[in-house]
Amino acid sequence: MKELATTPLPSQSSLGILKWVPRLEFVAIPIFAVICGFVIFSIFLVLLGKSPTDFFALVYKAGFSTAFSWQNTLSRAAPLLLAALCVALPAKLGLVVIGGEGAIALGAVAAGAIGAYLTNVSGVIALPILFLASAFTGAFWIGLVGFLRIKRGVNETIASLLMAYIAIAISNHLIESVFRDPASLNKPSTASLSEALRVGAMPIGIDVHWGFLAGLIACIVSWILVEKTTLGFSARIAGGNIRAAQVQGLPVAKLIIGFTALGGAIAGIAGFYEVTAVHGSANASVFAGYGYTGILIAFLARHNALAIVPITIMLAGFEASSGLIQRRMDLPDATILVFEGIVFVTILFSETLYGRFRFSKHEYWKAGV
Amino acid sequence: MSDVTDIGLWGVPLAIIGGAIRVSTPFLFVSLGECITERSGRINLGLEGTLIFGAMSGYAIAVNTQSPWLGVLGAAFFGMIFGLFHGWVCKFKGVNDIAIGIALMLLGNGLAFFFGKPYIQPVAPDLPAISFGWWSDIEQVRAALQVNVLFIIGLIIALFLAWGFKSTKIGLTVRVVGDSTDAARAIGLEPNKIRLLSTAAGGALAGIGGAYLSLYYPGSWNEGISSGQGLMAVALVIFARWNPINCFWVALLFGGAGALGPALQSVGISQGYYLFFAAPYVLTLGLLIATSSPNKAMESAPGELSITK
Repeated sequence: MKELATTPLPSQSSLGILKWVPRLEFVAIPIFAVICGFVIFSIFLVLLGKSPTDFFALVYKAGFSTAFSWQNTLSRAAPLLLAALCVALPAKLGLVVIGGEGAIALGAVAAGAIGAYLTNVSGVIALPILFLASAFTGAFWIGLVGFLRIKRGVNETIASLLMAYIAIAISNHLIESVFRDPASLNKPSTASLSEALRVGAMPIGIDVHWGFLAGLIACIVSWILVEKTTLGFSARIAGGNIRAAQVQGLPVAKLIIGFTALGGAIAGIAGFYEVTAVHGSANASVFAGYGYTGILIAFLARHNALAIVPITIMLAGFEASSGLIQRRMDLPDATILVFEGIVFVTILFSETLYGRFRFSKHEYWKAGV
Repeated sequence: MSDVTDIGLWGVPLAIIGGAIRVSTPFLFVSLGECITERSGRINLGLEGTLIFGAMSGYAIAVNTQSPWLGVLGAAFFGMIFGLFHGWVCKFKGVNDIAIGIALMLLGNGLAFFFGKPYIQPVAPDLPAISFGWWSDIEQVRAALQVNVLFIIGLIIALFLAWGFKSTKIGLTVRVVGDSTDAARAIGLEPNKIRLLSTAAGGALAGIGGAYLSLYYPGSWNEGISSGQGLMAVALVIFARWNPINCFWVALLFGGAGALGPALQSVGISQGYYLFFAAPYVLTLGLLIATSSPNKAMESAPGELSITK
């Protein structure tokens, strides 16, 4: 009798495991789209007289087969994970922020410039300072985008794009003038960081710096924030309908500024790791377009912070295979760009398939039972 | 004044004017293209890729046919194909025009670099320029007034578009579709078809802008040929308030700001180069902040445009 009372409504219980089937489309559709992208790219290769099997075997070999290839892949993944979050977090509020590149650049300059003055400070003290400096710089820059949106109604997409260009100009200027290391003749850079301020590899046997773990943690924490907290819940409500959220008394302005600033902080941290773990100083190599790749990753992940991880790793693996494909198949290095472009377009195109299949509707399964 | 060509500091404004005309032409074409697309209610962020593919294909065709004008036509054709694809994909429900634009930017770059490898070395014939400085003996004046034919064509297209949006049936149709999909449907128009054609036209103009880069200034094909003109076109069109004539002036302004750095460098001022380069972006942002309002959409913006809603 007690059991009966707690049994849910019959129509739902009879669905049982089947109620998860509609969720399958979130896995099935992207996989289908990726396969379509592979097929289209294979046709492209065949038309050029190259072997698609060779190509995919090389991508696997260079990106995912050995410890060395994983080292290559995961090192490339670190900044991309962080850059993608700078798009995915504001997107929860319905904002399309595409200027993460600016936060990465300024975050890197902050770390490089301050680090240059901390020559005799131990890493335990100095690294957290640099980390926070990068995070705050990025938070300020992208938070400003949210602020302008709230206060002046300035469109965040255009504002962030413009501000990315402005940030890169400011960064270039600072690297070339105030913070320039006189020893950097051909390529203007800030002074090289002392050994104590270098972030090294994680103790996992392959040479992948700590930025990758930071990226993973940022993705997991962001996912929990968005999906499991009241703050995230409020943000999703506001993202669905800003007016309704305001009527409900949600602090929309604070949410928007908070989420943009958080996204910016994470992008700034990408700049921190680029300087302390990869380049050893801030220079133009730091703004290599991670911000823009991050936009695509976030859209491909449908702004789900956990989905960002596999997509970034897939993409980083593709990019890691560029060199090998160039050498072995006698193809230009842009081959991988074409491949990525095709896969991206098919995945984004597949957005239109959601909700179109009968298996993706609860009613279909109820009727069957 | 023993030497007539030694014009001292006067060289700076002259270099800026000349530079503005040279540098602005790709801005002009891409922004006019984006203007048409946005007027129909869509945004195409992929024009950067279209521009670069236009630069490559225009150059490749010019190398093979020895005719720069065939190169321009070819670039316009391939630009149109990119535009058609963007317009077609965006017709489907749930597809985000901004994201597809960025993906197409990547694909356009990729394809341009892929097929452009063999064309980095060969030399293509340049597009012709007209000398408007024949009246002057001063070398710098004549150099500054070397105006490429495409610049003049761009100006004519801007005037034509301004007239077209105002006074032709096609222009009005595009505007109605851009302002309200529902209203357009109610009077029997097909918004998707009109947006498809508008995006295609926009792509074709962006392709021509690219051909100018590789066939006149800087006048060669390489992978770093664009400095983001395609992406900036989106901001430029907002600055120009979706008005083709304004696009012309704003393109000149962006071009002039781009030319300011090198012009100052030529007289020994090399500091702050990057800050001058960013001036138009700061200006655009300032204008956006000044004219936006939290309570209503931007003035004269197409009603269906996702970025101004």
